[in-house]
Amino acid sequence: MTFTAPQVDWAHLSPVLVVLGAAAIGVLLEAFVPERRRRVVQLAFSLAALAGAVLAVALLWNGVKRTGGVRVLGDSLVVDGPTLVLQGTIALLAIVALLTVADRTSTGEDAFAPTAAAVPGSDYEELARRRGLQQTEVYPLVLFATGGMLVFPAAGDFLTLFVALEVLSLPLYLLTGLARRRRLLSQEAAMKYFLLGAFASALMLFGIGLLYGYSGSLTYARITTAVATPTGTDSLLLVGSVLVLAGLLFKLGAVPFHSWTPDVYQGAPTPITGFMAACTKVAAFGALLRVWYTVMPGLKWDLDVVLWIVTIATMVVGTVIAMTQTDMKRLLAYSSVAHAGFILTGIVALDAQGVSAVLFYLLVYGAATIGAFGVVWLVRERDADGIVLGEATHLSQWAGIGRRHPWLAGSFALFLFSFAGIPLTAGFIGKFGVFSAAVDGGAWPLALLGVLASAGAAFFYVRIVVLMFFSDAPADQTADEADDAAAAAPVEAGDDVPVDADGGAVATLVAQRAPSVTTTVVGTEGFATVAIAVCAAVTLVLGVFPTPVLDAISHMSTFLP
Amino acid sequence: MSSDFPWLTALIVVPLVGAAVLWLMPAGARRRTRAVALTVALVEVAIGVATLSAFDTGDAGVQLKETHQWIPSLGVSYAVGVDGVGIALILMSIALVPLVILAGWREQGSDDAPTDRLRHFLALTLVLEAFIVAVFAARDVFFFYVLFEAMLIPVYFLIGAFGGAQRRYAAIKFLIYSLTGGLIMLVAVIGLYLQGPGGKDGFLTDNLTGLTMDPTLEKWLFAGFFLAFAIKAPMFPVHTWLPDAAQNATPGTSTLLVGVLDKVGTFGMLTLCLPLFPAASRWAAPFVIVLAVISIIYGALLAIGQKDLMRLIAYTSVSHFGFIVLGIFAFTSTSVAGSSFYMVNHGLSTGALFLIAGYLVARRGSQDIADFGGLQRVVPVMAGTFLVAGLSALSLPGLSTFVSEFLVLVGSFARHPAAAIVASTGVVLAAVYVLWTYQRIFTGPVKDGLETMPDLRPRETWAIAPLLAAMIVLGFVPGPALDLVRPPASVTLEQVGVTDLPAAAEGSNP
Repeated sequence: MTFTAPQVDWAHLSPVLVVLGAAAIGVLLEAFVPERRRRVVQLAFSLAALAGAVLAVALLWNGVKRTGGVRVLGDSLVVDGPTLVLQGTIALLAIVALLTVADRTSTGEDAFAPTAAAVPGSDYEELARRRGLQQTEVYPLVLFATGGMLVFPAAGDFLTLFVALEVLSLPLYLLTGLARRRRLLSQEAAMKYFLLGAFASALMLFGIGLLYGYSGSLTYARITTAVATPTGTDSLLLVGSVLVLAGLLFKLGAVPFHSWTPDVYQGAPTPITGFMAACTKVAAFGALLRVWYTVMPGLKWDLDVVLWIVTIATMVVGTVIAMTQTDMKRLLAYSSVAHAGFILTGIVALDAQGVSAVLFYLLVYGAATIGAFGVVWLVRERDADGIVLGEATHLSQWAGIGRRHPWLAGSFALFLFSFAGIPLTAGFIGKFGVFSAAVDGGAWPLALLGVLASAGAAFFYVRIVVLMFFSDAPADQTADEADDAAAAAPVEAGDDVPVDADGGAVATLVAQRAPSVTTTVVGTEGFATVAIAVCAAVTLVLGVFPTPVLDAISHMSTFLP
Repeated sequence: MSSDFPWLTALIVVPLVGAAVLWLMPAGARRRTRAVALTVALVEVAIGVATLSAFDTGDAGVQLKETHQWIPSLGVSYAVGVDGVGIALILMSIALVPLVILAGWREQGSDDAPTDRLRHFLALTLVLEAFIVAVFAARDVFFFYVLFEAMLIPVYFLIGAFGGAQRRYAAIKFLIYSLTGGLIMLVAVIGLYLQGPGGKDGFLTDNLTGLTMDPTLEKWLFAGFFLAFAIKAPMFPVHTWLPDAAQNATPGTSTLLVGVLDKVGTFGMLTLCLPLFPAASRWAAPFVIVLAVISIIYGALLAIGQKDLMRLIAYTSVSHFGFIVLGIFAFTSTSVAGSSFYMVNHGLSTGALFLIAGYLVARRGSQDIADFGGLQRVVPVMAGTFLVAGLSALSLPGLSTFVSEFLVLVGSFARHPAAAIVASTGVVLAAVYVLWTYQRIFTGPVKDGLETMPDLRPRETWAIAPLLAAMIVLGFVPGPALDLVRPPASVTLEQVGVTDLPAAAEGSNP
């Protein structure tokens, strides 16, 4: 008996290999590159790796378009149209997110703790802070997470799926705990995320075990065959499927597995929140799409009830709770829950055009999300001494920003309008796609609930726009902003409106806060500006001329069975 | 100029270019903000007149058509074209814009130092103008929907950033109301598309007209469209956003909002609901007519009870929109033509009322009717113009609104006598709210502090005069305008599939 080496199609693995390889090298760079050069090297290297992944996807594109895709490593990975679209989306979004991660702003400080190991409030931490330490481990961590995300939607068997899930999750748990400010909140978020994530992983692993027990295999293809051949052990199959779905739904933040979202979004360093909110969602929906469309169609009748309930609950809970939020990051977190529900409406009906609709939605949602968190990262608190503190996340602190920083607030408003699905933004085309898929697949009640939830969601997005543009900033501007204020004076002079004059809609937002803390917008090193501009351009251009992207996606939206 | 010049596209592009110019203007040139905006608006009017000359009034169908693929993978086209009603509304809208700019000359900042605020205000107004023209010209359901929703954003900023005390509340309320209606319509739009032929131009209105579909489904789709249009129009019981918006917006914005934008609701009923869902329209007509009659009476009664001048005008519009909807759903060629003409006249009449009311409010610094009194002796010209505009709101014979209201009532009487009779009490109520308002503001002893109120300035007169002239001219010579709206009315009736009833007046006097 001779051993035959497996045929490995390295070319089709290249996007994953480039990113994971670069992540491993990034760890070595961390050890060997001198400290003062480390940031430049890490940033350039990470961006190059992600760009390499995008290039690899582009090179594979036409081949896969022609052949429909290939299975690699004995069915472990399936590189077909949706895989490439998702990998391209994740890599592109990761590049943009990495730009916001890299930006140290005009304060010269990035979003991460100088020494993550130091106990919050300890002398050691204070020492590190005063030394001005900045860590660069985040770059390889982001690359590892991205690598996992690239594998997650491409997985062709449940073991690969599980490994990818862990590869993408572990760096995220760690990144969540690294915030420079409000470190206890950040560490608490990381702990919650880790515990709940571990719990979800365990559920999923158990589900995988049950599926293995039912079918005798871990690969999607074999399980699909087994689903089609009825045996007496349906309960194994059903319980297994539900548990696997639960694991996936946890990652994409669907109700009732959403409770980690607000805490983690709030606690994590803001640029990481943007990265995580956009890219994790793409990866998780990609994996769900593949499992739902290739493995579970035979179970549609049994699982429909579950997914309908989850979808409805996700939209309603996300929207309703978001309305009551007063913290920008928590609000965006609940909004992301609601969006998970909107995307699910396009999936549940198992409609043929659902795949391309969801793929498009994920791209535009991801762009708007990274852009929005990029803006949140720049809006800061400043104390009486003029020292810039952390992000000004209370909604009331955003009052009047549009008057002083029209471009920044304008792009934020654009992202919000895109979330709300206003036409001529990309979010509208995305919503149109998923709701079309739902109606076409006979799930019109979901589409109807979806639009009603959208209208509800529009309320809190619009409320933010009102705060930014139509409300006056608190009067206690510090000296530094006096010239800004002077420039805006003719504008504000025309407004003799007290802040509480609008019948409660906004008044409830204006909370008591320390009078000495004001809101300011810090300058960027350019990276974040580029990221926000790119996101805004994508949101606008894909809203008006979506055709090239829609066409490209629609040719690549068939799963290899 | 050749007849295949893209007139409608030009009408859409010019204001957008104007807005871009205003926004990109270098700081040094900003003194000319108003001049630039006014020039753009006047150029637009000139193009509008040229468009009318390219339009063949003898042809009842849709003309000046342009169709280009926009998002073929979704079946969406950029398709524009107008029939008589469309072009009449477009002309009315673009005629109002320069007047609004003129009337609001001093509103945002002083004469010599135009502020950034003014620049944004004028640019948003021009953007809105482009959307308005496009929505009246859209011949693709998806394109129409996109404009229907996107239009909300400039209005939202116009109310929220430039309005009065409760502007933020009013802006949010306006947006949420409209968005809810629009999103429900979105589901109906998707459902309609799936019934149609699909393909690269599956959203073209022509491809979706005359489909055979399941009656229940048709009723649901009709309801989705109708709700959005009823909110926009606005009809009882979904009208409550309008008074707040009108009260808090600037007079110019209110003019465009009530005078033009709300027409999109009734225009949509006429050009989308009826042709796309004929059977469901016939089925829903009695219910809609009841709502329309309630709107007429209820709007008028509430108008009588208002203390705020702007809210009062808003409620009179609720009443007038009731008439328009009544005429549309009475399904006679007389009533439908009357409603189409009414849409134009209401824009002129409400526009004049809002602008004059705006002058009064700007001088007094209050919208409260009780703060005025005896102004007839102080500002006779203004009193006169207000009276003419008010009389047009109560449809005095000799003014254009009379013609349209009469056609609506006579046409409706042929099919629904009871509704027409009840609706005609609205005319009496209109006399009450107009004349009583005039009495409170302009007659009696002069209120303290009003003795020195200046009368209309030339600029202000220029903004009002064209409206009054148009009302009087169209009142005595309605023929040309009626020639525009009559042929489409017959086409609409054919599409709905009802036999025309001769109007009572025409029947008795053949």
